[in-house]
Amino acid sequence: MLGKSTFCGEALFCTKVLPGHFRNAFCITSESEERAYVAAVRGMSDTLQRNDTRITPGRDRMLTCVSLATFLCFLWYADSYFGDYSIRILNNIAIFTMLAVSYNLINGVTGQFSLGPNAFLAIGAYTSSLLTLSPEEKLRTFIIEPLVWPISEISVSFPVSIVAAGVVAALLALLMAIPVFRVRGDYLAIVTLGFGEVIQVVANNVVSVTNGPLGLKGLPPYTNLWWSWGVCLLTILCVVRLVNSSYGRAMKAVREDETAAEAMAINAFRTKTLAFTFSAFVQGAAGGLLAHLITTISPSLFTFMLTFNLLIMIVIGGLGSTTGAVIGAVLVTWGGELLRAFEEPVTVFGYTYEGIPGMRMVIFSVLLVLVMLFARSGIMGRHEFSWQALINRCHLIGNFLRRHS
Amino acid sequence: MSGVFFRTERLTVSFGGLAALSNLDLEIQEGEIVGLIGPNGAGKTTAFNAITGIVKPSRGRIVFLDADITGWRTPRIARSGIARTFQNIRLYEDLTVTENVMVAAHCSVRYSVVEAISGLGRFRSDERRIHERAQFLLDLMGLTRFAREKAGSLPYGSQRKLEIARGLALNPQLLLLDEPVAGMNPHETMEFCELVRTIRTELGLTVGLIDHDMGFVMDVCHKIKVIDHGIPIAWGTPQEIQNDPKVIAAYLGETSA
Amino acid sequence: MCSARKFYYECVFKYVREFGGTLPRGSLHFHAFQNESYRVKTAYLHAVLGPGNVDYGFVLQQIVFGLTLGCLYGLLAIGYTMVYGVLRLINFAHGDLLMASAYIAFFGIIIFQIPWPLAFLLSVALTAAIGILIDRGAYKPIRNSPRISALITAIGISFLLENLGLVAIGGRPKTFPTPSLFEGSQTIAGVQIPNLSIWVFLVTCVLLAGVMLIVRRTKVGMAMRALSRDMETVRLMGIDIDRVISFTFALGSGLAAAGGILWCMKYPAVEPFMGVIPGLKAFVAAVIGGIGSVSGAALGGLILGLGEIVIVAVWPDWSGYRDATAFSMLIIILLTRPTGIMGEDLPN
Repeated sequence: MLGKSTFCGEALFCTKVLPGHFRNAFCITSESEERAYVAAVRGMSDTLQRNDTRITPGRDRMLTCVSLATFLCFLWYADSYFGDYSIRILNNIAIFTMLAVSYNLINGVTGQFSLGPNAFLAIGAYTSSLLTLSPEEKLRTFIIEPLVWPISEISVSFPVSIVAAGVVAALLALLMAIPVFRVRGDYLAIVTLGFGEVIQVVANNVVSVTNGPLGLKGLPPYTNLWWSWGVCLLTILCVVRLVNSSYGRAMKAVREDETAAEAMAINAFRTKTLAFTFSAFVQGAAGGLLAHLITTISPSLFTFMLTFNLLIMIVIGGLGSTTGAVIGAVLVTWGGELLRAFEEPVTVFGYTYEGIPGMRMVIFSVLLVLVMLFARSGIMGRHEFSWQALINRCHLIGNFLRRHS
Repeated sequence: MSGVFFRTERLTVSFGGLAALSNLDLEIQEGEIVGLIGPNGAGKTTAFNAITGIVKPSRGRIVFLDADITGWRTPRIARSGIARTFQNIRLYEDLTVTENVMVAAHCSVRYSVVEAISGLGRFRSDERRIHERAQFLLDLMGLTRFAREKAGSLPYGSQRKLEIARGLALNPQLLLLDEPVAGMNPHETMEFCELVRTIRTELGLTVGLIDHDMGFVMDVCHKIKVIDHGIPIAWGTPQEIQNDPKVIAAYLGETSA
Repeated sequence: MCSARKFYYECVFKYVREFGGTLPRGSLHFHAFQNESYRVKTAYLHAVLGPGNVDYGFVLQQIVFGLTLGCLYGLLAIGYTMVYGVLRLINFAHGDLLMASAYIAFFGIIIFQIPWPLAFLLSVALTAAIGILIDRGAYKPIRNSPRISALITAIGISFLLENLGLVAIGGRPKTFPTPSLFEGSQTIAGVQIPNLSIWVFLVTCVLLAGVMLIVRRTKVGMAMRALSRDMETVRLMGIDIDRVISFTFALGSGLAAAGGILWCMKYPAVEPFMGVIPGLKAFVAAVIGGIGSVSGAALGGLILGLGEIVIVAVWPDWSGYRDATAFSMLIIILLTRPTGIMGEDLPN
């Protein structure tokens, strides 16, 4: 059916302003357009499909593999030839993509507003760090109060610590889910926000476990491009498969109408808990990766600003779309780096513009509110990427250009 | 004594001081089509809400398939075999028509999360089964041509049918329809009559329904219960109900007969 | 000498005895001890007086502190609960209104040299205006969208206010100029009660009474209560719900402003993120008391305030976890009685 869209899609395309075409071609969003589309498609069943390329499942898989291989080659090249700054950005993008995809699972797919990522990130970072440091290093770092036994003796390998970080975060998420998801209401936001504050308080005060405000230094820099992107791609794969299964459908049903979902025998509590715990697991693992990337962690690192950045990423990308989360993460991480310029002093033609610290966050907040007010669906809306859709759009643009040249 | 299929005993729902439903005794035999009618605000939807666990009954009992389901939570009641549609169509608007129906089959899924992610085990077979059943139900309802459309974009009558298809995906034994023909013209209503009879015979269902269209109700139902202001006032076959003076009075107001 | 002072000196002597010898006034230990007020005093309370004896003076003092804090939380919580009751929206920006009112009052007094009563009133009025502006500008357009959109917008506005404050005014805390009327303390029955506490209590009672009057006896109040039940029907009745909602915001924001000014006089540091934690706690207080209920919010605030102070007084080692008290109370309430003490199930 999508193949036929080439023609009527063109018809719709030519009557719309260019920005609208982005989604209009085959991701139609308004009711009247839907009806027009259906009518057009049915009315022209015998019109030839020009330039119609059907992507079979086999071709789909091949395209995905080829692009994955290309990306891995790029990673190898980057690892060998890129400078430290670029590698740092690539690592950041990987970790934030992972975070955004998991955050989108609970906020976008299941529709439950959580503000928890920074807490789970902190938990994962500390768990993973405490597990990878050797006993001697621990002795050296914990100068105020000695580290409590048995953590002071345990030292495990990096992959195990990442998994452990995820598990600990997931367990805490499970504990929180029980009081919160049993109750109808918007309490998840406040509980997770409060939890973030509590984690900071705990991290600062339980000096025998977290070393208090001093934090943990000298963490071995295990995270490289392969680790960060490897785990990130694995996460994306798992999330996509989960969303495409019955569990994902149940999450979407809970988002759309929880009462109706329950009337259709969906246990809303279990569904929400699954999404929340899964995303906490990923966020914990990401915390471990992050800790071993920046090699120093302290309680003041995991503030609400982190969660806010993630929120912007998934909103801009499209709340509910995994592809959107990836796009949003890349854009915001990159854009954030660019916007840093606003905060540095810059000299142009003899004029020195004194940087305004904090301006970046003001711009981001304004951006979030504007997107919410005027472009709530974000870039992808709730649609996901598919090769078929991409090919169709290329045809559309090609036809348009051909007709108007 | 053979088991009870469905019965409510003195079912009462009060909100604060107001009794929306008082002492409803409703009995539905297996295979019947039973109607629940009454003037607006009589408490009919409240009855359905109480039966399906959306609202907690203040007093009374509900028995289904010999089990006391009073106070059970909604998903559990749905799993035990009672499906319903809603008065003001509550579809998952952003999901496609097929997905709407497939979601209702979630309770019958036998694969775990790990199997879902890895694609191993029963994942493929269960997904195929759910997909086929969804297609079958859409066929039954005549909605196959909309399979890939978003549910929110369907015409009104088709949305009502989709709600029923979704309910049927639960494999229920009792199907409760809340105002299924509201807003339909006489031709569509007649078609719908036939549809109800068809799904009853083909799927072995028992049906309970609420509606205001008297023609439709009298046509399709075997037995009818009438309630007014939350109080049941009559029970019997369509013939008996049509001639019951209490029913006439409730609908038309007290007239000097 | 009042018993609090007597107690203090007793502690000093005990401390000195433990260190074997005299403690010169300027010594580090002495100053350290003075700054350790809470922890050491309460620890020594148990040591000096034994667990069975209770120094009523000390207990009453803590109760006074707890009530003061509770009143402040209550003032903030009322605004939260009203907006949630009417719109089902957690207005995350509510805590930042506290910050806004503090800054307005601060600038009014320091930069524009306005006499403080006028500056305070101006602050309340302007904060109410900001509340209405936020509603009309940001919340109104998304009133018919799914709830999560409204929540995201609210967080966005909150973050925007905080960072605007940071950029415009700077992050360094400023000291709030407390008028002399609110300084000093009275000694009643051996307990030292700060004047500020008396003022807080009075203002809270007056404002609470005023709000209850408005909600229960006026037409607007009735409209607010009706809106919290069923927005569609109210609209069909021909009531301009936009005006009612704006009024709700104005009232809540004004109360937040009053709370904010009083808060600043108790904790004089004014900085852009000062409203975050109080805002969070205020919502917890509203939930404890029963979300949607004005009296519940006040009650919840008192419970939270007293709870915080009492827990730190009885277990001084946990004073670092003071902020976690609110969180624990929230979890307990959600587990045991989610509708809150005075609340009923709000229709969804």
